[in-house]
Amino acid sequence: MNSDGKKIVAYGGILVLALAAPWMMTAYRTQLAFLWVMVLFALTWDLVGGQMGYASFGNIVFFGVGMYSTAVIQRNLHYGLEEYAHVAGRVESLSAAEYLTGLSLGMTVGAVAAVVIAAILGVCILAMGMRGPYFGICTLGLGVAAGELASGWEYVGAGSGLVTPVFPEGLGERAIFFYYIFFFLTIVTFFTLRRLYSGRFGLAINAIRDDEDKAEAMGIRTTRYKITAWCVSAFFLSLTGGAAGHLIGFIDPTEVAFAGPTFGVWMILMAILGGKGTLWGPVIGAVIFHVTQEVFWTYLFGWQRVALGAFIVAIVVFFPQGLMGWAQERWPERFGHRVEGTALAQTAGGEGA
Amino acid sequence: MNDIQLAVEGVTKRFGGVVANDNITLAVPRGHIVGLIGPNGSGKTTLFNSIVGYHPVDEGSIQFEGLEISRKRVIEIARLGMIRTFQQTHIYGKMTCMENMTVSVPHRNEGFARMFARFTPDIFEKAEHLLEFVGLYPKRYLLAGDLSFGQQKLLEFAMALMTEPKMLLLDEPTAGINPTLINGLIERLQRANADLGITLFVIEHNMRVIMNLAESIYCLAHGQLLAFGTPEEIQQDQTVIDAYLGAH
Repeated sequence: MNSDGKKIVAYGGILVLALAAPWMMTAYRTQLAFLWVMVLFALTWDLVGGQMGYASFGNIVFFGVGMYSTAVIQRNLHYGLEEYAHVAGRVESLSAAEYLTGLSLGMTVGAVAAVVIAAILGVCILAMGMRGPYFGICTLGLGVAAGELASGWEYVGAGSGLVTPVFPEGLGERAIFFYYIFFFLTIVTFFTLRRLYSGRFGLAINAIRDDEDKAEAMGIRTTRYKITAWCVSAFFLSLTGGAAGHLIGFIDPTEVAFAGPTFGVWMILMAILGGKGTLWGPVIGAVIFHVTQEVFWTYLFGWQRVALGAFIVAIVVFFPQGLMGWAQERWPERFGHRVEGTALAQTAGGEGA
Repeated sequence: MNDIQLAVEGVTKRFGGVVANDNITLAVPRGHIVGLIGPNGSGKTTLFNSIVGYHPVDEGSIQFEGLEISRKRVIEIARLGMIRTFQQTHIYGKMTCMENMTVSVPHRNEGFARMFARFTPDIFEKAEHLLEFVGLYPKRYLLAGDLSFGQQKLLEFAMALMTEPKMLLLDEPTAGINPTLINGLIERLQRANADLGITLFVIEHNMRVIMNLAESIYCLAHGQLLAFGTPEEIQQDQTVIDAYLGAH
């Protein structure tokens, strides 16, 4: 079988497995839905942190923006502000149509808002020439600041958070509904990134990662590429956040929406574990991380955080390049990094002469 | 010498109290190969950095094809068609040679939509052709970071050609390259100049190389322009010999 055939079989296998998963493991539907959230975390972080080499600690901002935007839009569409604040979203259940309208409108607005914020932050931070650790520290502050802002803003529920509308009847089970939403979003994100990485955009941000001074000296519009990459990352992360708020059901400003110490750190770890700067690395890393984490919760309860911490240390010590990076070093030929046979070189030389 | 492509007039660059370039005036005519020599620390690389916009100059003007560029940034100047290579190689180490080449397509007039474009077959063809030109064709799918230093220099030269430059500023193109390869490189530089019409402005320490390559040579010492002439004239110039032997 040629490599294209193998690819189709592999993609098909994953597709079938992913579609069937919630029906094979009925007890884990919510956790399976979260698996795709994790994959989306890792994929969107890796676009900026891995492929472009700008380790961002503040991407969680876009997740929270999407989450809040979606919830607020749904609230404002169907309820009065006062009414909602008192009964926390449980006045009356919405019809399926109302729920979907609010969800899709809210996610769209959230995505646009996140892109605008990413562009503004990009102009403020990236266009000023922040690089490396300085960029990281800047973005670390963003996540913290966003959490504090949301905690003090009465309109979005301040410190007591927001409850998302009750899941309506007629759309099946909530976990299954969101499982397929996140799966679909993952597919769209994955193939969008795959397409971007194969063209000018992908190579330009790789060039920025490897040697930004050189990229500038070669006339590549580095600032524009950097800001655009951050906007793309923010777009998909915001959509993830919009739906994730409804899966979780409750939006806490610092524990859920702008959860830097958990989601914000995990997205980085998952990308590193799988291999940052590769397309499949973040996907693999997210799956391994999420499964490991669930296993720790189940079998090492009470010590699960310690086990997770030890696991993270082990990742960084033994797989600093991540699984994909390690595989690429181990079997470079499999990834196409090989010297062409001399015969071919000679024919090519002959053609040139 | 009519048709001056690059004109540097009275350029001074100070770093604190150190005057790295003191009132330098020189001209590079279109289509020529011009050399820039001088002892270590004489201000050659500083002058290159000033020309390509790496840092602002304190005094003087720099004109490229009649356009004042002394206030322009690196990216803008690169897109005008003046590309420099570095003394220490600068390549994209985690990318293959082919990727290094294709990402170096000219970025002039690149609109927003063009940023997301795919690479067309003619770009790959051109990249392969240029890699073959510098002798790296069999290694085109290796990571650039795994190449030897000399090969990285050749790759950097090929990348510069990929941008379709009008003028190349080469900072010690033969440093660290073995003597056999140097002959090949000189020939390739001359071919790039003759066939593609690219003006070359070359910093070089290797006297054999620069005397063979350049049509005219500027010599710097202590940040000042010491001499200008044909290779023969420079070789006979007593001030140049003194500068290299350490006389003041």
